[in-house]
Amino acid sequence: MLHTVNKSPFEDRTFETCLKFAQEGSTILLIEDGVYAAAKDTAVAMQVQHALKRVAIFALRPDIDARGMQNRVMDGVRLVDFEGFVDLVTAHRAVQSWF
Amino acid sequence: MSQTEAGVAKKFLYVNRKAPYGTIYALESLEVVLIGAAFDQDVSLAFLGDGVYQLVKGQDTKGLEMKNFSPAFRALEDYDVTKLYVEQDALAARGLTEADLVVPVEVVGAERMAEIMESQDVILSF
Amino acid sequence: MKFGILVNEGPYTHAASDTAYQFVKAALAKGHEIYRVFFYHDGVNNGTRLTVPPQDDRNVVKRWSELAALHKLDLVVCIAAAQRRGLMDAAEAKRNGKDADNIAPGFRISGLGQLIEAGIQADRLVVFGG
Repeated sequence: MLHTVNKSPFEDRTFETCLKFAQEGSTILLIEDGVYAAAKDTAVAMQVQHALKRVAIFALRPDIDARGMQNRVMDGVRLVDFEGFVDLVTAHRAVQSWF
Repeated sequence: MSQTEAGVAKKFLYVNRKAPYGTIYALESLEVVLIGAAFDQDVSLAFLGDGVYQLVKGQDTKGLEMKNFSPAFRALEDYDVTKLYVEQDALAARGLTEADLVVPVEVVGAERMAEIMESQDVILSF
Repeated sequence: MKFGILVNEGPYTHAASDTAYQFVKAALAKGHEIYRVFFYHDGVNNGTRLTVPPQDDRNVVKRWSELAALHKLDLVVCIAAAQRRGLMDAAEAKRNGKDADNIAPGFRISGLGQLIEAGIQADRLVVFGG
């Protein structure tokens, strides 16, 4: 399944909730303020790196760029544009949007 | 109209994560469930986080002049919507038990809830 | 592939409508079909033709209308949510005794059944929330 998360992990438990219910092998796409979870050296970076061992994590590049995060994305988090977002949706049976 | 007659009912999951009254999401989500019930699909409801507060007994909204929609959950059975899953941790974290809820539900752990989500065709989150 | 889209927030306050719009545009560019875009909760406010955003900003409503015209998109505003929030077409305005309507070109007002039907008919339903 594809999960999308649009909330900053520093203000809200949405990202944490997503991790709780994302099964091994599923994919998480960070969008809007959710992309802040992709930054390295943050208070949640360890949690994200731990999650990367069991789920794939992507971040929406236009949201990363808009927020000035382009040089802060941690290794292991892959970037996609909107066409990549579409591809992720087609590649999974269903989408759970966390917001 | 009925997809069941065509033999292709889809699995619909409504994910409820918002408390009632503070925002309209819970009420309008329930409106979707009630309309959706007429479409003969395979419907489940999941209550996560503050969503469990939607089901708490004793809601009295007179002082707010808002509509108390919690009795409508009891009507879901008449629409053959009987699969209501409640997150165990969400109840416990809020000092609630199944006995505090207006309808019978299945209380499930995170792993089981994740499986339920994974098995769906359409997930409507509110 | 056929996509159904649900937009749960209005323009400008949340990015949901922007993200949904970019997603729809990308899906169309890749040759996919958009079965329907359904606007619910404050999302119905994406369908008012009375917004006047600053000229140096994007026009969220107009952009949806133009995309709908270009690709024959079915943009559906939920009637119950719309009535609560003062969004109506000419027929609804007349029926409810209102002196004006405000629905933007390319949008139509209909029931929640249209959302369920989109879930049934589309290969994927993607929700954009607040």
